[in-house]
Amino acid sequence: MHAESDLRLPLILGDKSIHQITEDVCRPVEAKANKYWWMCFIVAFALFIWWVIAVSYTVGTGLGVWGLNKTVGWAWDITNFVWWVGIGHAGTLISAILLLFRQKWRLSINRAAEAMTIFAVICAASFIVSHMGRPWVAYWPIPLANQFGSIWVNFNSPLVWDVFAISTYFSVSLVFWYSGLIPDFAAIRDRALVSGHKTRHFWYTIFSFGWVGSAKNWQRFEEVSLVLAGISTPLVLSVHSVVSMDFATSLVPGWHTTIFPPYFVAGAIFSGFAMVQTLMIITRKVLNLEDYITIYHIDMMNRIILITGSIVGIAYITEFFIAWYSGVEYEAYAFINRATGPYWWAYWSMMTCNVITPQLFWSKRLRESVIFTFIISIFVNIGMWFERFVIIVTSLHRDYVPSSWAMYSPTWVEVGIFIGSIGLFFTCYLLFVRFCPVIALSELKTIVSTSSSQAKKAAKHHHEAEETTVH
Amino acid sequence: MSNDKMVYGIFNDDQVLLKAIRSIRQKGHHVADVISPYPIHGMDEAIGLKRTRISICCFLYGATGTSLALLMMWYMNIFDWPMDIGGKPSFALYKNLPAFIPVLFESTVLCAAHGMVITFFLRSKILPGVEPKIIDPRQSDDHMVMAIKAKAGHPISEYKTMLMSEGAVEFKE
Repeated sequence: MHAESDLRLPLILGDKSIHQITEDVCRPVEAKANKYWWMCFIVAFALFIWWVIAVSYTVGTGLGVWGLNKTVGWAWDITNFVWWVGIGHAGTLISAILLLFRQKWRLSINRAAEAMTIFAVICAASFIVSHMGRPWVAYWPIPLANQFGSIWVNFNSPLVWDVFAISTYFSVSLVFWYSGLIPDFAAIRDRALVSGHKTRHFWYTIFSFGWVGSAKNWQRFEEVSLVLAGISTPLVLSVHSVVSMDFATSLVPGWHTTIFPPYFVAGAIFSGFAMVQTLMIITRKVLNLEDYITIYHIDMMNRIILITGSIVGIAYITEFFIAWYSGVEYEAYAFINRATGPYWWAYWSMMTCNVITPQLFWSKRLRESVIFTFIISIFVNIGMWFERFVIIVTSLHRDYVPSSWAMYSPTWVEVGIFIGSIGLFFTCYLLFVRFCPVIALSELKTIVSTSSSQAKKAAKHHHEAEETTVH
Repeated sequence: MSNDKMVYGIFNDDQVLLKAIRSIRQKGHHVADVISPYPIHGMDEAIGLKRTRISICCFLYGATGTSLALLMMWYMNIFDWPMDIGGKPSFALYKNLPAFIPVLFESTVLCAAHGMVITFFLRSKILPGVEPKIIDPRQSDDHMVMAIKAKAGHPISEYKTMLMSEGAVEFKE
């Protein structure tokens, strides 16, 4: 048996037996929803309805209902798109990159984080479709034979790369997530068989694809997970790099920077972990999963927030330095304008939320405080939204020709679509916690013998017994 | 297979199970399968499973994805209708290759991931509507099932004694 140092903190508290873990993880799916769930769901669904109204109004009337103008042609739409795609990145980082690094603490949070990825990418894609103005021709970026002359899509364009990157990312994340869910659906199916819930048994039989945990199935399952993790790792890094190239390959001062791909990826993971924290802190409380998503898990995620936040901070400063050092007037102006121009408040909100607040996580006490972590996670979410707003709007609103200079402010429709997309996201997430096990049940069971609180106690006991024999 | 009958030992500890498998196989019996609620480290080697070749499939699907994407981009942008957009002409594949890398990569991942997962589903026969073979409903909770192919003419009770003495908590046939 694989032994683990008793100095490492346990990942499952409360001396849980394997059966108890099954009970705890399946309970939210099998029991009736509590009143907190219904309260959250009603709010989220109301916001989702607002989203439907705002999007329908946009599509029905046209993009004129947004606050865009000739100079600022991209604003809240693309800000929200980049924000949502970025949030999605943490899910893949947890499930793929942390798997390759054999970080066992990922096991309690990977399922929910992957679900978050999928819903975040759905929200992101909705902005792409709605900003087209004519969503019925949303298939135009797909390389199809067409009747507009034999013109094909332009594969030199980063916008086409983006179509490939986002659709690959979405579908691969979905498959990765679902293939992990199959054994857990099977667990719910078998429990429904025993308890005699016919409807539940019927549906989970379909969703579990007839899974039986035979040795060969598990062998393939593990290999598939490993290889998917291996190919999802460069995939997730490529997705936000490609998103950043939508900006970086243009000639707009403030966008045309080679630092963008790594800077965007770090920012994405930063904001994604903040969203995971926001979700996990609520989820562990509402679903009584404090023994699985422990303070240690929150601490580990805060460390990643601290690291990626610092990378983002350095990227901001580097950008500023290069704007001066390059000697390009337009570039220098773009950056001075960001910090001191009409949108200074957006810039300094971004700096405060993204650079200063995460630095507080150097303190272990703050990293382990649930309330503090929750507040900081909201700050980071806001800060990262402002980052994209600053990059997009402040770079565009001062054109090369001063007569084209303009200001941008959103209309209620844009605000509605954004707030509504948060409703869409939470509606999906809340349905997820009702129908899917929030914790990767079968995978979590593999660490009970090494990383649970009882295993740690046994190891410590064993260790002490050895010491006494030696002396 | 025709005369053979399956007998099942139900275990509740993976380490006891692994030990039991090794000793039962040494006695010359055939452990047909083991069903467990989670992957058990060392199981492949204990019941003598060959390494899965699914990652080789994945590589081949990935290579197919790369080739198809390259063919597509060459045909559409270089061969069929070359365009010069923003002073960046598409007149030769080798000149455009750097710009084609993102799509080449994404297509590789797309085909590799989906191809592999579909192969996994088909080979393991896990598809919507498949009826699962449940020996004991606890096999997805905290118990493991060891399936042994009983030899014809061998008394079943002997298997029961053997499995129980190896640490099984229950016996089924």
